[in-house]
Amino acid sequence: MMDKDRRSFLKLAGFCALGVGAKPVTDALAGSGQSPYSSKPRALEAKRWGMVVDVKKCQEKIAKDQCRDCIAACHITHNVPEIEGAKEEIKWIWQTPYEHAFPGQVDEFAQLTGTPFMVLCNHCDNPPCVRVCPTKATFKREDGVVMMDFHRCIGCRYCMAACPFGARSFNFQDPRPFIKEVRTEFPTRMRGVVEKCNFCAERLAEGLQPACVEACKEKALIFGDLEDPDSDVRRALRGKYAIRRKTYLGTRPSVLYLV
Amino acid sequence: MLEKAIFVQSRRYWAWVLALLVVIGAAFATWYWQYSVGLTITGMSRDVSWGFYIAQFTFLVGVAASAVMLVLPYYLHNYKVFGRITILGEFLAVAAVTMCMLFIVTDLGRPDRGLNVMLHPTPNSVLFWDFVVLSGYLLLNILVGWVVLTAERKEVAPPKWIKPFIYLSIPWAVSIHTVTAFLYAGLPGRGYWLTAIMAARFLSSAFAAGPAFLVILCLVLRKLTRFDAGKEAIQTLGTIVTYAIMLNVFFFFLEVFTVGYSQIPEHLDHFKYLFFGLHGHDAYVPWMWSSFILAFAAIGALLSRKARRREGVLALGCGLVFVATWIDKGLGMIAGGFTPNPLHEVYEYVPTPPELLISLGVWAMGLLILTVLYRIAVSVKREVEA
Amino acid sequence: MYNSVKIIIGLIIFVGLMAYPIWSSVGRPGPAPELVLTEKAKAAKVCIEETPWMKESHMQLLDDWRNKVVREKERLYTNNEGRAYNMSLTNTCLDCHSNKETFCDRCHDYTSVRPYCWDCHNVPKGTNDGQRP
Repeated sequence: MMDKDRRSFLKLAGFCALGVGAKPVTDALAGSGQSPYSSKPRALEAKRWGMVVDVKKCQEKIAKDQCRDCIAACHITHNVPEIEGAKEEIKWIWQTPYEHAFPGQVDEFAQLTGTPFMVLCNHCDNPPCVRVCPTKATFKREDGVVMMDFHRCIGCRYCMAACPFGARSFNFQDPRPFIKEVRTEFPTRMRGVVEKCNFCAERLAEGLQPACVEACKEKALIFGDLEDPDSDVRRALRGKYAIRRKTYLGTRPSVLYLV
Repeated sequence: MLEKAIFVQSRRYWAWVLALLVVIGAAFATWYWQYSVGLTITGMSRDVSWGFYIAQFTFLVGVAASAVMLVLPYYLHNYKVFGRITILGEFLAVAAVTMCMLFIVTDLGRPDRGLNVMLHPTPNSVLFWDFVVLSGYLLLNILVGWVVLTAERKEVAPPKWIKPFIYLSIPWAVSIHTVTAFLYAGLPGRGYWLTAIMAARFLSSAFAAGPAFLVILCLVLRKLTRFDAGKEAIQTLGTIVTYAIMLNVFFFFLEVFTVGYSQIPEHLDHFKYLFFGLHGHDAYVPWMWSSFILAFAAIGALLSRKARRREGVLALGCGLVFVATWIDKGLGMIAGGFTPNPLHEVYEYVPTPPELLISLGVWAMGLLILTVLYRIAVSVKREVEA
Repeated sequence: MYNSVKIIIGLIIFVGLMAYPIWSSVGRPGPAPELVLTEKAKAAKVCIEETPWMKESHMQLLDDWRNKVVREKERLYTNNEGRAYNMSLTNTCLDCHSNKETFCDRCHDYTSVRPYCWDCHNVPKGTNDGQRP
């Protein structure tokens, strides 16, 4: 079939290689214009976003009137569906007793046992969920936020297996029937994708604080740049003792609890 | 050679194929319903986010890897007795890996986006590598099996260029199950799986379950067709199964010691849940103990060489091994890893009937592929021996 | 070729049947989709880019936008004329083109295209629809 000798084959191969190599060169030369994409000037920037929970303030408010302001604000802002039951519920931030938030550190003599703690995605500095995602649908931004690209998620749920904090939820069915009032400014998700807290990336881009932080009347949720010594979070931590969940796993969570 | 599976006169063959197609049809309809409505029709939950589908996948990767137990002795150590049946191992691998891939598709939340794994390759994700090695292994076995069988049909030696592929399939078989074990063994939050012996346990149970299934298949083939794998080949497979199941049980005891003696709750609680129940949830307890007892019964049946020489005992022992390892990997491993959840809450997982029907359909699909391929292999051998 | 007469006649019938949609509508094309512009869209006069470009490439634009917003934190799009827009399907595009049924759907239905954007992205004023199963 191929009556060519080795020499003419090599000649042909050489030309093809040149042709293949031409496109990147012409692309580079052609695309030297300015990009039309940029960040908004009022967007908040940070090296490592983090959150501090003032546990005492929070627990006092919960004891007073079963406060759920942060949960309501988050779930309404982001169209999180309200599905009853532990099987398919979707929660980005929720309340759980101390021994469930810190299962490795249970102490029957501690006064904290039984008291409610707010838990959410920790936006770890060394996130195992990002490590395992086969499509980079979950990825870590430069500012520390562990983001989800709902367009790319294939719903394999490997990230849910990898998360040591149970922070992720899955859409087992179409969530729209379970959303009381759709807020059109933010999309809903579709069945078959994983979702979790995104540190209100869309609000940060507009210069706003996360919804939960804004909604907390006691100012028990403090948000800021953990690597900026003058930020709200660092000032809140100064001189105080704070704990993080499962530090022994080395994921380096960015959510700290002032106990 | 495909015509050997199509132009078949046997009534029994077509009745079997038809039965499989009916199951596959019903399962496909159920899967389409799952695709439309979502994975809500399964028993999976926010806490136990992987279930029966992934468990079957894990078990079948092991069965697929077991082809190496025929290829290695024959090609590396010139164990001529396995010469007639390496094709059976390779074709079993093809059927098993296909089932694995089908189980992944049924488990995905958005199978229509499955191509993203190839469009956005992510080398730090073990799942990416699992996809790579499984696809490669499937292609390898199709290539090797087909080429060698064609050569046999033409009564010539297989072409020289196929040898490197055959040698490659040996470490590749080990790799598919090691990578699958790595899916679980590298997750910091899952104490049941975070153990170095995960991969070793996987391989030992694979080399017990796979050859056990092959023994049964050889005995079935001898009954239904006139193809005889040979007494010595079947006996050697039986020996492999015996050593492998003993190794698997030994590894299990190693795990039990580590969690039981150190008593770290994050690791121990999963064993407690599976074998004794936790917070009143105990659905898996009878299954896990059955698996334990069956494994010992299998060892009892298979331990003596004299007993293995009686093929009824051998078949029984192999059946026990298959069931015991299936319960361990195909039922207990996944649910046990997720329960209790990272917040130490227990939400029990039990598969739902639609989930089981879809799984049955995938098994039927694998059996169909196996039937067709084995039919071709046996017909070719019969044609040559004539 | 054996039986050439039968084969050729069969082929002609087959091609004729398969090409029915083409030869049956020669000279009588179906009505092109009629797009309705809202008052807001008419007042704006021009979209993010020129209309012919938008017709051809709005899919590519939206695809680029979704990657830029989610993956690269860039939410401001500046077109050739120097006008800046917030990169959002719901809050920018559908702000003007809020009449999805008489605008977006017209062409999409005509060309039998089913973008799954609507499964997640909302139409303002709460029109709720998911076209896919």
